[in-house]
Amino acid sequence: MSLDKDQVQHIAMLARLKLSDEEYAVSVEKLSKIVDFVDQLSEADTADVIPMAHPLHAAQRLRPDEVTETDDRDRYQENAAAVTDGLYLVPKVLE
Amino acid sequence: MSAAGLNSGWEVVIGLEIHAQLATKSKIFSGSSTAYGAEPNTQANLVDLGYPGVLPVLNKEVVRMATLFGLAVNATVARRSVFARKNYFYPDLPKGYQISQLELPIVEHGEMSIADTNGNEKRIGITRAHLEEDAGKSIHEGFDASSGIDLNRAGTPLLEIVSEPDLRSAKEAVAYMKKIHTIVRYLGISDGNMQEGSFRCDANVSVRPMGQEELGTRAELKNLNSFRFIEKAINIEVERQIDLIEDGGTVVQETRLYDSDKDETRSMRSKEEANDYRYFPDPDLLPVEISEEYIEAVRATMPELPVAKQSRFVDEYGLKGGDAEILTASRALADYFEAVVVATDATAQIAANWVIGELAGALNRDGKDIGDSNISAADLAGLVSRINDSTISGKIAKQVFEAMWEGEGSADEIIAAKGLKQITDSSAIEAVVDKVIADNPGQVAEYQAGKDKLIGFFVGKVMQETKGQANPGQVNQILKDKLKS
Amino acid sequence: MDLHLQTMTELAAGLERGDFTSVELTESLLQRIAAHNDKLNAFVTITTDEALAAAARADQARIAGSGGALNGLPVIHKDIFCTRGVMTTCGSKMLDNFISPYDATVVKKLADAGAVVLGKSNMDEFAMGSSNETSYFGPVHNPWDLECSPGGSSGGSSASVAARFAPAATGTDTGGSIRQPASLTGTVGLKPTYGRVSRYGMVAFASSLDQAGVITRSSEDAARLLGVMAGFDERDSTSIDQPVPDYLASIGDSIKGLRVGIVRQHFDQGLDEQCGARVKDAIAVLESLGATTIEVDLPNLDLSVPTYYVVAPAECSSNLSRFDGVRFGHRAENPEDLLDLYCRSRGEGFGDEVKRRIMTGTYVLSAGYYDAYYLKAQRVRQLIADDFKQAFANVDVIAGPTTPTPAFKLGDKVDDPITMYLNDIYTIGANLAGLPAMSVPCGFVNDLPVGLHLVGAHFAEETILRCGHQYQQQTDWHSACPEAFE
Repeated sequence: MSLDKDQVQHIAMLARLKLSDEEYAVSVEKLSKIVDFVDQLSEADTADVIPMAHPLHAAQRLRPDEVTETDDRDRYQENAAAVTDGLYLVPKVLE
Repeated sequence: MSAAGLNSGWEVVIGLEIHAQLATKSKIFSGSSTAYGAEPNTQANLVDLGYPGVLPVLNKEVVRMATLFGLAVNATVARRSVFARKNYFYPDLPKGYQISQLELPIVEHGEMSIADTNGNEKRIGITRAHLEEDAGKSIHEGFDASSGIDLNRAGTPLLEIVSEPDLRSAKEAVAYMKKIHTIVRYLGISDGNMQEGSFRCDANVSVRPMGQEELGTRAELKNLNSFRFIEKAINIEVERQIDLIEDGGTVVQETRLYDSDKDETRSMRSKEEANDYRYFPDPDLLPVEISEEYIEAVRATMPELPVAKQSRFVDEYGLKGGDAEILTASRALADYFEAVVVATDATAQIAANWVIGELAGALNRDGKDIGDSNISAADLAGLVSRINDSTISGKIAKQVFEAMWEGEGSADEIIAAKGLKQITDSSAIEAVVDKVIADNPGQVAEYQAGKDKLIGFFVGKVMQETKGQANPGQVNQILKDKLKS
Repeated sequence: MDLHLQTMTELAAGLERGDFTSVELTESLLQRIAAHNDKLNAFVTITTDEALAAAARADQARIAGSGGALNGLPVIHKDIFCTRGVMTTCGSKMLDNFISPYDATVVKKLADAGAVVLGKSNMDEFAMGSSNETSYFGPVHNPWDLECSPGGSSGGSSASVAARFAPAATGTDTGGSIRQPASLTGTVGLKPTYGRVSRYGMVAFASSLDQAGVITRSSEDAARLLGVMAGFDERDSTSIDQPVPDYLASIGDSIKGLRVGIVRQHFDQGLDEQCGARVKDAIAVLESLGATTIEVDLPNLDLSVPTYYVVAPAECSSNLSRFDGVRFGHRAENPEDLLDLYCRSRGEGFGDEVKRRIMTGTYVLSAGYYDAYYLKAQRVRQLIADDFKQAFANVDVIAGPTTPTPAFKLGDKVDDPITMYLNDIYTIGANLAGLPAMSVPCGFVNDLPVGLHLVGAHFAEETILRCGHQYQQQTDWHSACPEAFE
């Protein structure tokens, strides 16, 4: 099943990826190949098979409700490119 | 504005999605504090920040709280529920996905009853309640071309409670929301503080011609953070939709914000239309498995719920329904009331009057909750007891109350300090009555001539002389006796 | 014997005896790295100062008698493990300036045991690839033939161990990323049972498939390392609370009576004839030690690659959404608006293969396709896991080839995504089913190494380690060193 450029553009938008025209062209081709390849799965008979949630059928462990973290903001914010007054900055968000 | 639904041939259909922040100490998936009001990003650890390599671990309290809620609304608590990722990009969502629950939520098929517009009991279905993490906050003020992101709130646990579209008016919606608000506070699972954002509501509103089975297109109203606003927002939105359709337009499925200044809703055009959230089970978390034993253990801790407590107050204390309803509006208030009753010989009704009257008045005036009351239940019981044993009159008691509220001491201490003990000594009262009669010959003559209403004048004078401390009943009796010519 | 040629086990003994100090050992390896790494490009960061400091501390600890199980022994970490205060790049431009503020659990465990970290190894970007050609820092070369790929995504780790830069390097394995490079470089590569080793601090690619493991030159060393790395971690919800056995204690036991499963389908595929012959020889060695072979059927094996190429991209597309330039990592300059910030930061920060997998993943999860692809793949995955479960009812170990061919030339297969994918066909099943698996060197084809692949049942690492160790008592493929690096 082949994808067209519109679909790939939509996917790139959902994934917030900016691609050049060239990258789009290559992506359309390669993604189509991959999708064709994985289409094989439709041949498998999986009636009554429960989709695997985990390789081990374990259950979620619960942790006690305790505050275990101390403030390390300044150290973490060393990794951020744009911070003011402890806030992470992004271009203005309109709501 | 007319009551849109019934009069104009239109039926209003409303469903509410309530987000209640669960009152845990730490976040749902990390050990960061959930305390309100901290400096930006000082309560956001690596897990909350979505750093590379970090992983979520589930807080056991949220499971207990969700289970308790499910039991309180007669819902099914899922023996197995699954966390799913809701994928979208937004600056207050650090991982680029929100951990929520989709197909297998922890609670399903519950119900809550409210009084409908005619005062009859109506069952509102609760489709589901599921656990999810809250996002951070964006701050726009003080910035030119930027927004500042504070992730302290990111990861705070939320219980999203979704009602069936069973509500048929703004009033019903508010009634339902109030009931849910009361329940979560009763259960101690949320503080329900709407100003701080720990109890938020979105409303899905649509209209359809009366009798039509198919639902109309709905608009989602967001940013409803008070009971008043919800009622106004829904009504204004209903009006908008009806006007639109009657003018030949169609309602668009969209998100709208309520603007309380302008009393209108407007479209959130800047938000993504038709987001494809690409939900899938979160592979970093395992299915939550809850045993029958666990559910029963939680059930055993269920506090007396508002409806049951209200009934009991009527039966056990002989209170009027209205009073019982007011007193059971919060568990804290109900507990306070019962503590007063236990500590005094006065009737429960008298205790109720004082709690609903003077105490509530003082709390309101000072903007306080019952938990912050300046007068403890024991102390209020002390005051009520002194009325009951005639140490003071009801009127003086109000004075004493004010003094107690100002922190001047217990009832007994204030009565003693201010010498407010009621005068019940007949000879003392007689002496004052004699004086008043002697001082007011004109009025005495008028009274004896038949102007019975003047008794109030004399009572007032006696009270003035005794600084209000004379026992009113005795004053009345003695005056009448002495004024008989 | 030269220090660089010794295994962990031999080095540990040497340190104990006082033949050399940890500082001497570390210096000698660092010199080796400085002299030879430019041929291989196996490192992103060489942590010279930290290594020498750690070695000095280890020497002190040895004197005080307080050293841990790996005291003073050198290791290399794949650059996917967060290391506090040291760059962690995942082979990507997206993180080329990222200094991790915390240590991964695996890193902490090895450090607590006294290990000395020589550096962070190069890898396919975000662990996506099987040739180490997608790294932002350039491809890694195979010490056996510099024109060849060392495999991927743990290419830097496998090349380092093969080149004797260190006796052990950590790796991660999502579809074969430890075992395939081990096979192509003549080293031992172990991927434990899913949940055996903590994933906390290991940058996630495909959460339900990823597992941390190790590349060494002997099964014995792998057992030694696993003993330190394994164990329950309360920070990882998928970590299993099961006691860690003493893997070293049982590797010496005989494999007489071990039932070895041979998968019928394995020898059908595009398997290079000589490769197949080496693997068959290896199985014959196991039989000579008393193992018996039984044919097993994995009827859904063919579907394991398409299954993987739905599940892994889906999970990775979501896992990589956190890279948006806001809190860490590459940030586009002068963004016009928020959308531009996201699209350009990510467009610039990620390489082609990563973008392709994110898009594939986004597609298979998207509205209208979720049922047909993701959900379907998870059903097929259960079928594959069930096949293994049935097989393990009758066998203790499943043996076969690790890769269909020996190392291929760099640049050879880059253009054909499907061919690249087929390289994973023997290894992927273990990831899908969460089973422990290991590759051990079993010979040469055209002077390039190939590996024998051993899969065990859940938590049966002891069995495959014992099998590998016994095999290595009888063979010396694992001791062969590439000529240029002797």
